[in-house]
Amino acid sequence: MSASRYDCIVIGAGHNGLTCAAYLARAGRRVLVLEAAERPGGAAGTREFAPGFRVSGCAHLLHLMPGWLLAELRLASHGLRMAAERMPTLALSGADALRIPMDPDSAAQDLEAPDAHAFREYAATMKRLGGALRPLLEAVPPRLGSRAWRDRLTLLGLGAKLRLLGRADLRELLRIAGMCVQDLLDEHFENPLLKGALAFDAVLGTNLGPRSPGSVFTLLYRLAAGGGTGASLAQPVGGLGALTEALAQAARAAGAELRFAAPVARMVVAEDAAAGVILESGERLEADCVVSSADPRTTFLRLLGAEHLDAGFVRRVTHLRTLGMTAKLHLALESLPRFTALAGAAPTGRLVIAPSPRAVEQAFNDAKYGRFSAAPLLEVIVPTAVDPGLAPAGRHVLSAVVQYAPYRVAGGWEEQRERFLDTILQTLEAHAPGLRESVRAAELLTPQDIEAQFRISGGHWHHAELALDQFFMVRPLAGAAQYRAPLRGLFLCGAGCHPGGGVMGLAGHNAARQILARAA
Amino acid sequence: MLIETEPHYRQPLLRTPFHERMRAFSQVDSFIPWSGYSTVDVFSTVEQEYFAIRNGASLYDLTPMVKYAITGPDATRFLDRLVTRSIAKLAAGRVAYAVWCDDAGRLIDDGTVFRLAEQEYRLCTGERQLDWLLDSSIGFDVRIAEVTAEIAALALQGPCSCWILKALDLEGIETLAPFEHRLFTLPDRAAGAGMAMMVSRTGFTGDLGYELWVDPADAERLWDALMEAGRIRTIRPVGSRALNIARLEAGFLLPNVDFVSSAHTLRNGTARSPLELGLGWCVDFRKGHFTGRRALLEEHGRAPARRLVGLDIEGTKPAHNALLYADRGGRREIGSVTSAAWSPTCKRNIALAMLAAPHFETGRQVWAEIYLNRELTWERRIVRARVVDRPFFAPSRRRATPPGDF
Repeated sequence: MSASRYDCIVIGAGHNGLTCAAYLARAGRRVLVLEAAERPGGAAGTREFAPGFRVSGCAHLLHLMPGWLLAELRLASHGLRMAAERMPTLALSGADALRIPMDPDSAAQDLEAPDAHAFREYAATMKRLGGALRPLLEAVPPRLGSRAWRDRLTLLGLGAKLRLLGRADLRELLRIAGMCVQDLLDEHFENPLLKGALAFDAVLGTNLGPRSPGSVFTLLYRLAAGGGTGASLAQPVGGLGALTEALAQAARAAGAELRFAAPVARMVVAEDAAAGVILESGERLEADCVVSSADPRTTFLRLLGAEHLDAGFVRRVTHLRTLGMTAKLHLALESLPRFTALAGAAPTGRLVIAPSPRAVEQAFNDAKYGRFSAAPLLEVIVPTAVDPGLAPAGRHVLSAVVQYAPYRVAGGWEEQRERFLDTILQTLEAHAPGLRESVRAAELLTPQDIEAQFRISGGHWHHAELALDQFFMVRPLAGAAQYRAPLRGLFLCGAGCHPGGGVMGLAGHNAARQILARAA
Repeated sequence: MLIETEPHYRQPLLRTPFHERMRAFSQVDSFIPWSGYSTVDVFSTVEQEYFAIRNGASLYDLTPMVKYAITGPDATRFLDRLVTRSIAKLAAGRVAYAVWCDDAGRLIDDGTVFRLAEQEYRLCTGERQLDWLLDSSIGFDVRIAEVTAEIAALALQGPCSCWILKALDLEGIETLAPFEHRLFTLPDRAAGAGMAMMVSRTGFTGDLGYELWVDPADAERLWDALMEAGRIRTIRPVGSRALNIARLEAGFLLPNVDFVSSAHTLRNGTARSPLELGLGWCVDFRKGHFTGRRALLEEHGRAPARRLVGLDIEGTKPAHNALLYADRGGRREIGSVTSAAWSPTCKRNIALAMLAAPHFETGRQVWAEIYLNRELTWERRIVRARVVDRPFFAPSRRRATPPGDF
């Protein structure tokens, strides 16, 4: 094999890998992106799960990627169009529906007093706190004890931003940051449907219940990442795969080379530095640096290998909390599902089935002890309601994020899969009578399926649980929190890095900044 | 092989297979704990025992030394990632002194690695290491088992040690070179069934000597055979205190005395690197990655801040725990003594000391603050000391193969 030489090899063509590659290529680096699958996307891709029926395979809504990033990479000119923007969230419970206000000012029209009043205050405070934390997400985490001016400047900037919050907000932030979301919601609201939907937002994609400490942190994170309100939900035309296709175009346009069906077997280490990769085909590719968008466990233990790392570091990698708790359901439907609570309206928004915080906690209790939730919680969208092209004419697809589905379920997923699917369909049928009749094909992805199909060790869509102990300067872990591995020439740019997963792209963007700063 | 006749709270320390023999020989009943075992501090007088090591032959019970069997397809790679020196280069049948560090390049412990076969090793250490060994084994196909209680070990050290083993008809023992190990059979003149044992030419005395590794069931038979054969060579069991003088003369480090394991240090800056301890010779930066390598390489590139060195101190009073100064007035403190003794063989007042740069250079003069207890009247002396090379005592007989008959 002839050895080719690149400045950077990026492993994985998910949104973070591609974002990183695009920024590196724009800065003039010779970049090669290697993707194991046939197409770009990773966990932000579109898949055909039944003949003619396509759906966003893992993530299915776009609400965290910053507008400036979309603009800088000119994704619109690379083909990205939105089928729906500012999608509303509707909390459903049987025949009842409650529209969750998008911002403080719309509280009055969606909620009854006294919740309307309480929501205005709550949402305004959370928006300010989320806004203050926002710069945290965009920053490359500083190193502790570092004397570098950049690290000091970052800390100073974050401190200043928090100081600007003022005494009352800062005090509130300190008070609630480690709290459980149930207590916070109980302080403000009465309507169980409202509280259920907000509690659901706090625990979605995590291993937490509403009574778990730290569940306000994950809610604040979601608000900070979503720009303060979490209201900017959007659905690209063609599913999230269209976003990653546009990112791939942007990377190519900037000069990056992309190769698909090219799974990496392991990294090449020369003179204690990452020097390239060897593909499963045996082909060897050389580069000055290797950037991995794979999860930290895969990157360090499988692609690099413990022998190139210190034993204490390896132990900490194995202690990362990386097990997923969330499943994904795709249904191919004969007709548009009719949700009782929507009273005939098309399901064009985000539907949340989490009737009360108590229901969320009970669903969590099952999972805590290794069972799937007997009454699962769902985030449902019907993508074809706004983007008919995803299914054959007149037919529809339904996409649901399902909480909670433990990585290891009692009895094993082989045995429990059909029962879990049946349980979810029962819940859906209760809210949309006739839906079961209309199901033509169903695909349920458990965390183990997500692990196998998307090559995410543990099947967690954030690669590693988002919690205070795995955040910012210790994400994914101390010694690798600045997108830099302990080994020279190896960088991380995936969801396992700060600021984490969700289709945000900031990990990829920040990693590129770090790599370019090193060379400068 | 442990026979527990009493509940553990009545007998908190384990007894080695040599215990009954040692108890019979002990005149002062001075036992101390070592790694959970009861072991002898001194049998009669330290002086008598010390001179047995240097002028005759000595027996020291090594059984409490923690032993790990390390086997499996990745055993060599595992050990090369664990310790700082090259294990791939260690031939089967040989032993190497080795140290291992944490991620920050601070010493966790030292020990000896026996390569028994291609992918079969024994690691001997002063303290238990299983948690660190298991952490280090993540990603390696290797089996680690503690075999401390399954092997009885005895150190036979001193100029007459080879003569005694020859007297016991250990065939070919005189061809065993330093840091070699081999299986021997101790013939049984009465019964005919010999005793299998592994002998390594290793030790903690810096003298001619061997370490003998046997089945605990054979322990007393071995003891008796050695004591009988060594009688006319004044063989004598020795305790830790006599051994401590010999090891200091040989310049060997004692864990928790000359360094504290980084697994145990609580204060910032008290853990030590092998480079600071003068063990740079067993750090191989060219062999590939090992835990702590990146930190050590960075340290290697900097000017060293301190180093453990040998001291030759004026006078005859051992400088136990002495603070060291750059000036006679005792105003500029530059380090302290970690081990000290009057060396009866060298006739020098010797010590190991940690000294700050640049005072650790060989030949430099420093001042040691020694406190003397004169019948409860304390006196303070500030005496001259000179930085010298280690070892303090290195007789040619320790390396001669075949060894001479003494």
